Amino acid sequence: MGLTKNSTGLGAAGGDVALVKGSPDQRTAALAGNPNVGKSTVFNALTKMRQHTGNWPGKTVSTAQGRCRRQGRDYVLVDLPGCYSLLSHSAEEEAARDFLCFGGADCAVVVCDASCLERNLNLTLQVLELKPNALLCVNLLDEARRKGVAVDLPQLSRLLGVPVVGTAAREGQGLEELMDQVERLCAHPLPQRERPLVEYGPRLEELIRRLLPRADQLAQGKVPARWLALRILDGGGSLDQALAQGLGQNPAEDPEIQDILRQAGSLAEVRDQIAACTVSRAEELAGAVTRTGGGYSQRDRKLDRLLTSPLTGFPIMLLLFLLIFWLTIAGANVPSQLLSQGLFWLGDRLREGFLTLGPPQWLTGLLWDGMYKTLAWVVAVMLPPMAIFFPLFTLLEDLGYLPRVAFNMDRCFQCCGACGKQSLTCCMAFGCNAAGVVGCRIIDSPRERLIAMLTNNFIPCNGRLPMLISLISLFFLGAAGGLGASVLSALLLVGVIGLGLLMTFAVSKFLSATLLKGTPSSFTLELPPFRRPQTGKVIVRSIFDRTLFVLGRAAAVAAPAGLVIWLMANVQVAGASLLAHCAGFLDPFARLFGLDGVILLAFILGLPANEIVIPLIIMAYLAQGSLVELSDPLALRALLVENGWTWVTALCTIVFSVMHWPCSTTCLTIRKESQSWKWTALAVLIPTVCGLGLCFLIHTVSLLAQA
Amino acid sequence: MYQNNPLSRLGPGQAARVTALEAQGSMRRRLQDLGLTPGALVECLYKSPLGDPRAYLIRGAVIALRQKDAEGVRTGRPFAASGEERRGESLTPAQEAGYGAY
Repeated sequence: MGLTKNSTGLGAAGGDVALVKGSPDQRTAALAGNPNVGKSTVFNALTKMRQHTGNWPGKTVSTAQGRCRRQGRDYVLVDLPGCYSLLSHSAEEEAARDFLCFGGADCAVVVCDASCLERNLNLTLQVLELKPNALLCVNLLDEARRKGVAVDLPQLSRLLGVPVVGTAAREGQGLEELMDQVERLCAHPLPQRERPLVEYGPRLEELIRRLLPRADQLAQGKVPARWLALRILDGGGSLDQALAQGLGQNPAEDPEIQDILRQAGSLAEVRDQIAACTVSRAEELAGAVTRTGGGYSQRDRKLDRLLTSPLTGFPIMLLLFLLIFWLTIAGANVPSQLLSQGLFWLGDRLREGFLTLGPPQWLTGLLWDGMYKTLAWVVAVMLPPMAIFFPLFTLLEDLGYLPRVAFNMDRCFQCCGACGKQSLTCCMAFGCNAAGVVGCRIIDSPRERLIAMLTNNFIPCNGRLPMLISLISLFFLGAAGGLGASVLSALLLVGVIGLGLLMTFAVSKFLSATLLKGTPSSFTLELPPFRRPQTGKVIVRSIFDRTLFVLGRAAAVAAPAGLVIWLMANVQVAGASLLAHCAGFLDPFARLFGLDGVILLAFILGLPANEIVIPLIIMAYLAQGSLVELSDPLALRALLVENGWTWVTALCTIVFSVMHWPCSTTCLTIRKESQSWKWTALAVLIPTVCGLGLCFLIHTVSLLAQA
Repeated sequence: MYQNNPLSRLGPGQAARVTALEAQGSMRRRLQDLGLTPGALVECLYKSPLGDPRAYLIRGAVIALRQKDAEGVRTGRPFAASGEERRGESLTPAQEAGYGAY
């Protein structure tokens, strides 16, 4: 869940393959590799960037670029999405392949996992065929050593005919040498290979030989002729389009090529052989340079058995999430109150100071009662839970637990005609729904990707979690206090999230039976080895990269929204405030769903960020009623009750907060990712209708129960 | 002979060698890219709590496959996996004799 300006902002979905070059003498290197081999770690270490890294496959969903400067020259590094192959036609693989073909990189760096070399070499061979000017970075050497795997790097370099550098990127080892080699490759490209890296057997080699002269002309030196000949034999898919665009002509439509292919007869068997020869060459190479198998350790085996067995799999999952939420709630309680008291005290002092300047009364009200109070509320309510939740969740992510969640949950998604990787995008949604929607790119099938995008909003993001937590603790805990209260509210919160998940399943099932019909596509998911999380780094990064970023975004929306609500509450039109007019207008409609006009208005004004919904409700009530000390939860409850809240109102607000339109950033991201306003409209409509329907049901039942 | 068992019938703790791929299209490619080519050793590690998908050890990596997709992979005679990964070596006669039962 890369939660940064890039992944959640407006740039989230743009510019996959476009390369931004500063000056003409700048050099470019593309980082390719299997998912989960530490590519992003290498990238971050070299560029000093903080692209979020996590221990699950498919985390880098779009290409990231960074710069590093060495010996007076700028280098642009491009972090390509992780993939197993350049031939399987998933979105990520296409992005990586197209960039290697026509992205204009001077060289490629293939990052491999030392402890799983055989599988990694399959992609390496494919990349080397496409981009001969490349080097191999054998990463995670430290981890491999612990597993008793040794790799003969000089021998591997001899066999592959390219430089090979061993690194342990997390420890920063080997990176200097890696950049030295990149520098050398950019300045002095490798000479052409004498013998092909992979040989494909007599029949195929004969076909390649026949295709080569024409392929060479068509390639125009942009891609290797042998690679092009192989792709022509391989045939079809999105590559044809990419080639037609990059070379100005689709080679498959060239008459001379078509002639040769016609003579060759059936090619089905040839295609298998291309894949099989690459795999067996990788096996051969790995066998020649590695000692002992490595791979899956006994420790991981035991852990996995525990985390995924029928008896313990789900209970452990539930307990882990419960624990995280409990720590968040219990830990955030006191800091939240202190922050709120401190900020309000500070606000009062500042206000007094401001008053000595003799400003007009409306300005004081606008700045302090409107803007400052909303801002203070957002900070006090959001900062502590986020500062606890994000590091904890990142630890779980770094450990490699999330793919196990996807493994456990896949069956449910399969029943709904959806992809198991949707669990991962749901997990991302806890951070931010916009990030979750971008994350849907890890799902290959377009149909299943749309389902995941349209249902992502049912998982409450961190902007909504604090609201849920405060409403739960205000209205549903009764007199219970201390440990019991926080455990109970964590349980209730998990219940609410469970409701969101249930809706995700229901709507996924509904969509795949109606609008998005189709058979479930294939599903392969790698369960990466568990890695010891880098605790210190995780805490620092998740606070600075995620917490402060999200908080800043919320604050940027909260201040103007506070201003607007104060203005609305204080501008009098025809004997009543504008707020009263608006709320009054919405009120009869909102009452049907157990809400009131103010709540609905707050949700509407909260479109830019859900964080401000509760502060807006409070500001609106305060503007109409008397002022209370807000740092005291009891006073807050009293304020809400005074305005007609019952537990039914609270429940309906909770339900509506889980199920209503996505925030504006998420909407724009859905538009970008789906390339369609129609799907975006549906993404707004579906949760809103579900939420209103459920609220109506709750309200009606409660009325009937009272009658 | 045990030449045509779908991979989906391999239970946890059992291993077998791939004999052929029946899947077509992009799934075929994906399976090949994961290393499921004829001759490759696959071990079924465990089922997910609801039985499907299952996790397999394929060339040093743990990969989850749905039963429906695993049907597209044909394997030879299953034998008990020792828990240690075996690379490329053939079976001992004891294993052939002892664990042949399916």
